[in-house]
Amino acid sequence: MIASLAREVLVSLRTALEALGAYTLFGLRLVAETPRALLRFGLVVRQIHNAGAHSLVIIMMSGLFVGMVLGLQGFDLLERFGSEESLGTAAALGLLKELGPVVTALLFAGRAGTALASELGLMRATDQLAAMEMMAVDPVRRVVMPRFLGGTLSMPLLAAIFSLIGLFGAQLVGVQLMGVDSGQFWSQMRGAVEFGDVMEGVLKSAVFGVACSLIAVYEGYHSVPTAEGVGRATTRTVVISSVVVLLLDYMLTAVML
Amino acid sequence: MTAEQRRDANAVVRLRDVHFTVSRRPILEGVDVDIERGSVTAIMGPSGTGKTTLLRLITGQLLADRGLVEVDRRDVATMSRPELYRMRRRMGMLFQNGALLTDLSVYENVAFPLREHTNLPERLLRHVVLTKLHAVGLRGAWHLMPAELSGGMARRVALARAIVMDPELLIYDEPFVGLDPISMGMVLRLIRRLNDSLGLTSIVVSHDVREISAVADFCYLVSGGGIVASGPPARLANSEQEEVRQFMHGLPDGPVPFHYPSPDYASQLRQMPK
Repeated sequence: MIASLAREVLVSLRTALEALGAYTLFGLRLVAETPRALLRFGLVVRQIHNAGAHSLVIIMMSGLFVGMVLGLQGFDLLERFGSEESLGTAAALGLLKELGPVVTALLFAGRAGTALASELGLMRATDQLAAMEMMAVDPVRRVVMPRFLGGTLSMPLLAAIFSLIGLFGAQLVGVQLMGVDSGQFWSQMRGAVEFGDVMEGVLKSAVFGVACSLIAVYEGYHSVPTAEGVGRATTRTVVISSVVVLLLDYMLTAVML
Repeated sequence: MTAEQRRDANAVVRLRDVHFTVSRRPILEGVDVDIERGSVTAIMGPSGTGKTTLLRLITGQLLADRGLVEVDRRDVATMSRPELYRMRRRMGMLFQNGALLTDLSVYENVAFPLREHTNLPERLLRHVVLTKLHAVGLRGAWHLMPAELSGGMARRVALARAIVMDPELLIYDEPFVGLDPISMGMVLRLIRRLNDSLGLTSIVVSHDVREISAVADFCYLVSGGGIVASGPPARLANSEQEEVRQFMHGLPDGPVPFHYPSPDYASQLRQMPK
């Protein structure tokens, strides 16, 4: 019983290590291909449009609602200490440093990540990648790289938009609904939020962008070329991305605090 | 010089004693094939006998476990990736389902290899693309997306794309699957016409015996992991060899069993499902 359990654990550990190795090798290949891919920036711009612009509505709506909830909860909490004027600061720091990058990354994995993985998986299932190989065109260079870079570059932009709209939502509830003084709301925020706080959010969203895009293109490119295989790749993209984003968030926060 | 020696001397593609295994299951065992320059060669055989595997070995998408695969007297197994890509630029391949890039229009699909490998000015590129689309009868469909095409049209667009770089070797993987008789006739005529007018060498993998026999110069019949017969289509059609007769005339009984290896029917019916 114990021996079989130990064997199971060892097998799982080995599988996880193999997956990590494969991800690392694939990631290194993408890094090596980046300078060449940037030369064909038109392809990357199209993918920024696909991954970024197409995610805008969901990001903006989510940002608005998250900001509004933050306004309500923040007001309720701060009112107990008589410091509801600090709502702007609390909302800004919460959005810029945590909620903006993390929620955007989770939404990005669900919207753009799954689209990337299923698109690549379907391209494999319908022999489009094999056809490219036969036309002497490297699919990693032509198809995977622009999508990886498009996703990576979109994430910080989306996170910034999320935080901006979130602040608007917090202001809407705090100032317009709950009656916090508008001048206090903005001036306290400007006084307390530092450049380093903004950069922390930018750095986090950039790291999450690389992680989510890498996971999506890896899972899609290596999917089993069947309907079930593509479905599994899409699910794995969301699950792995979500866990990795939360893990990285803790690690980055611990390092930067 | 015998016909066999002539084929060997004039071969663009040579396979010698090729073995290939998937998950310990032998797919090809000791296959010898010569593809003569300028000919249309058919590779026929029942489904699942390794015909597509044979093509993938020739194009370097797969590597043989044992044996020699040569294209233009060069061993495919020893080629580096850039060399493999250089070889493939002289090949065109028509996939079973066309494999058109679904996010590009018909025009852009055909232009794709040119855009990737050449710096042709747009006017010249347009000229080449429209010429190739005209050759397959789809010049008027240049603006359509792949989702708007019928199976036959998609196959013909893929054919235009396969010949756009003026390849020396054109490979067709099951080009007739799922086509209506009119589209099938068109593709058949195109295979012969393109081969003769462009001076190509063509390899056609198919199990549509009657159709492919009408255009092929030479046929190989693959079964049970090996070549069971080869020769001009007429010779294969008149062969007395049992395996060849069964395949060429579509007979249900013969050396190729209808049933997958199974246990006794009655005892299996009586057995309770686990």
